Amino acid sequence: MKLFKMRGGVHPEARKADSSERPIRILPLPPLLHVPLQQHIGAPAKPVVRVGDKVLAGQLVGVGQGHVSAPVHAPTSGTVVAIGDHPAPHPSGLSAATVTIAPDGEGRWFEYEVPADPFALAPDDIAARAGAAGIVGLGGAAFPSSVKLDASRQSGVDTLVINGGECEPYLTCDDRIMRERASEIVTGIRLIQHAVGATRALVGIEDNKPEALAAMRAAAAATDVQIRAVPAMYPMGWEKQMIHALLGREVPAEGRSADIGVLVHNVATAWAVQQAVCQGRPLVSRIVTVSGGAVVAPCNLEVPIGAPVQALFDVCGGFRTTPARLVLGGPMMGQQIARTSVPVVKGTSGVLALTQAEIGLTRPAPCIRCSTCVRACPVGLLPLEIAARVRSDDLAGAVALGLKDCIGCGSCSYVCPSGIPLVHFFNYAKGDLAAQARSKAKQETTRKLAAERSARIERIAREREEAAAARKAAKAAKEAAARAAATTEAAA
Amino acid sequence: MTTIAHSPHARAANSVSRIMATVMLALVPVTLFGFWLNGWPAVYLWTVSLAAALVGEAAALKFQRRAVKPALLDGSGVLTAWLLALSLPPWAPWWIAVVGSLFAVVIAKQVFGGLGQNVFNPAMAARVMLLISFPLEMTIWVPPMSQPGLLDSLAVTFGGGQLDAVSSASLLGHVKTEFSRGLGLEQALAGHYAPLEALWGRRSGSLGETSALLIFIGGVFLLARRTITWHAPVAMLAGVALPALLMNLVAPEHYADPVYHLLSGGVMLAAFFIVTDPVTSPNTALGQLLFGLGCGLLTYVIRTWGSYPEGVAFAVMLMNAATPLIDRNIKPRIYGRTRQGAPLMTRHAKKDAA
Repeated sequence: MKLFKMRGGVHPEARKADSSERPIRILPLPPLLHVPLQQHIGAPAKPVVRVGDKVLAGQLVGVGQGHVSAPVHAPTSGTVVAIGDHPAPHPSGLSAATVTIAPDGEGRWFEYEVPADPFALAPDDIAARAGAAGIVGLGGAAFPSSVKLDASRQSGVDTLVINGGECEPYLTCDDRIMRERASEIVTGIRLIQHAVGATRALVGIEDNKPEALAAMRAAAAATDVQIRAVPAMYPMGWEKQMIHALLGREVPAEGRSADIGVLVHNVATAWAVQQAVCQGRPLVSRIVTVSGGAVVAPCNLEVPIGAPVQALFDVCGGFRTTPARLVLGGPMMGQQIARTSVPVVKGTSGVLALTQAEIGLTRPAPCIRCSTCVRACPVGLLPLEIAARVRSDDLAGAVALGLKDCIGCGSCSYVCPSGIPLVHFFNYAKGDLAAQARSKAKQETTRKLAAERSARIERIAREREEAAAARKAAKAAKEAAARAAATTEAAA
Repeated sequence: MTTIAHSPHARAANSVSRIMATVMLALVPVTLFGFWLNGWPAVYLWTVSLAAALVGEAAALKFQRRAVKPALLDGSGVLTAWLLALSLPPWAPWWIAVVGSLFAVVIAKQVFGGLGQNVFNPAMAARVMLLISFPLEMTIWVPPMSQPGLLDSLAVTFGGGQLDAVSSASLLGHVKTEFSRGLGLEQALAGHYAPLEALWGRRSGSLGETSALLIFIGGVFLLARRTITWHAPVAMLAGVALPALLMNLVAPEHYADPVYHLLSGGVMLAAFFIVTDPVTSPNTALGQLLFGLGCGLLTYVIRTWGSYPEGVAFAVMLMNAATPLIDRNIKPRIYGRTRQGAPLMTRHAKKDAA
């Protein structure tokens, strides 16, 4: 088994032991579930229920809008008590359109049709079922899975890579799901493979998860699915890093993995596909790791979408000290939240309550050009140079140095001895670039509309002139004909 | 109201002051050896260097209305003065240390904008300035193990010392002088050079440059702690050794062997502690290789054909000046792109092209 050498990357303290031995528990139903209509990349879903409606678990409450979107389902049976704004799980703390459901505690499921032999389904039917089940990438990006499946089938991929890297510190949700639900995951993998027509399927799991590796190997023993151990390093879970580790192939810049014949999905996504296709269960819950130095008893929970973060901490015994920072996701790329009333969504892999000691140094010192960031960057960028450009508002210079190739993994910020928030600079600059692109697109549209308008005015004027000329010509011809007739008459 | 911080929400246990402290720790053996070899004047000189750097940096920061405490606590000024002191003749008068340290931290560092902004290695810039301005004081050496008492030592460092009575010569200086008298290499080295002595350091020379072995041990410690990488040190040693080997093969009667060059003067100290200065060296591994190689080659050229017996400081400064050029032209290949920056070809594009 050949593995390919990585470059860059860091080895943050894993801190997974606090929760990795805790089996998945089901979170008791909280009194209210706040289900946001946008939990995915793309257009938000449109609500199809009304306040007061009774819903069953798995029943559709929002339909996807447009090509890149995903539907949203009721996590349990109950009553829709509100449709409106609720604080979103986002650093801004702003609100977003949310369907609030009061569970009735009965957990009655909406019955979907289940195929007798899922492997007899047509490939595009599997993608359609995954889409209808509201499945999005559960590794954190939350990109609608059916869009990826359709695109991959159309462009043709030969290899399916399943990402079991889980390189973020603290997080153990993928580790646990691989240990406890390996056979469902393997079925899901084979379904995805069938859906896109890939000739082989590889699962990459970091070698710091021996139990997960063993469980997956046992589950995959009788199948063609290959389980591979990859070195534990961050960001191994970056899909391009995983592809490189397993296949030695490199995705072209500005391209997607499908360009080199590869489709990547997360292990939990494979589980969700199995649930949707074989059980008729839409994506209404996910595994979440609750951890951090401020949590009394870190654990892994199966959480209904929409449960407030506070409920998760409560089940884990609450806080031992006041947390210095609350984070959704892992510590490397996760987002800080200001309050615990925000709901868990499809992309929430972890909720962390961190102490100041865990967060570390916060006051930045001058850059000493030590180039530790250069060695850490998995993309091969010069973070210190790009940051210097961004600081002096030289966006063009930053882009020339590869700003757009930055994946925002934060390895540079993590290792910087001066504590410079390098990746923050890059995301800020990317935001600026996006704003510039938007305003340029707007100007372009305005210019185009203005040009069309003047062309239209010109055309109308010209048509009018031509019509007048034609009339004149017709009149002249008529007169000429009349004169000719008169002459003929006179001659006769 | 919570302030919202950007990811990552974790940091490696590292800091600028920790890096500086690690380097200082690596310098302890060779410094103690220098004290033992050269007696109390060396201790005084080292102390004066560090004190002058602290006072000078504090004054410069105050003058610029910048925070004094964090800048002094990062340890970079102390380390600069420490490295400068190690490169001075151990019995140099106190004012050499003061002028050198002030030049290093104020002119070579603070004037350029402080930590991380300087173009030239401050210790080397100060050494070059001292060498040009005070050639006499900078080339008076003492025989090893001349250890005057505490009070006599005060006189040596702070005035009234009888330097002439004990003056000696460094190996490189001695050989250069003998060459100018028309003597061959063999005669020049006779009785002055024993490779083993040079290795462990019982000989005349700068305060902290005589023991190649202890410097090497400090360097290995830094490599093991990953404070430095191997690229620049190995390249610098190769840059000195390769031309020395070549010239020695061509004309052994006039050109010394590589071991002589590696163990003499400031090569070892520079290879592990100067060309590894992050601020003034290139960012990439390949850049650091070129940089180190340039430092080594120039050192050899200046030593062999220049008018100064030692060329390390000049070589380092010249390569410091070339660092922006190296960084501009040598960049890592970006993932998914060719070296020129174009996206790699996709499978489909390759098929279309075929």
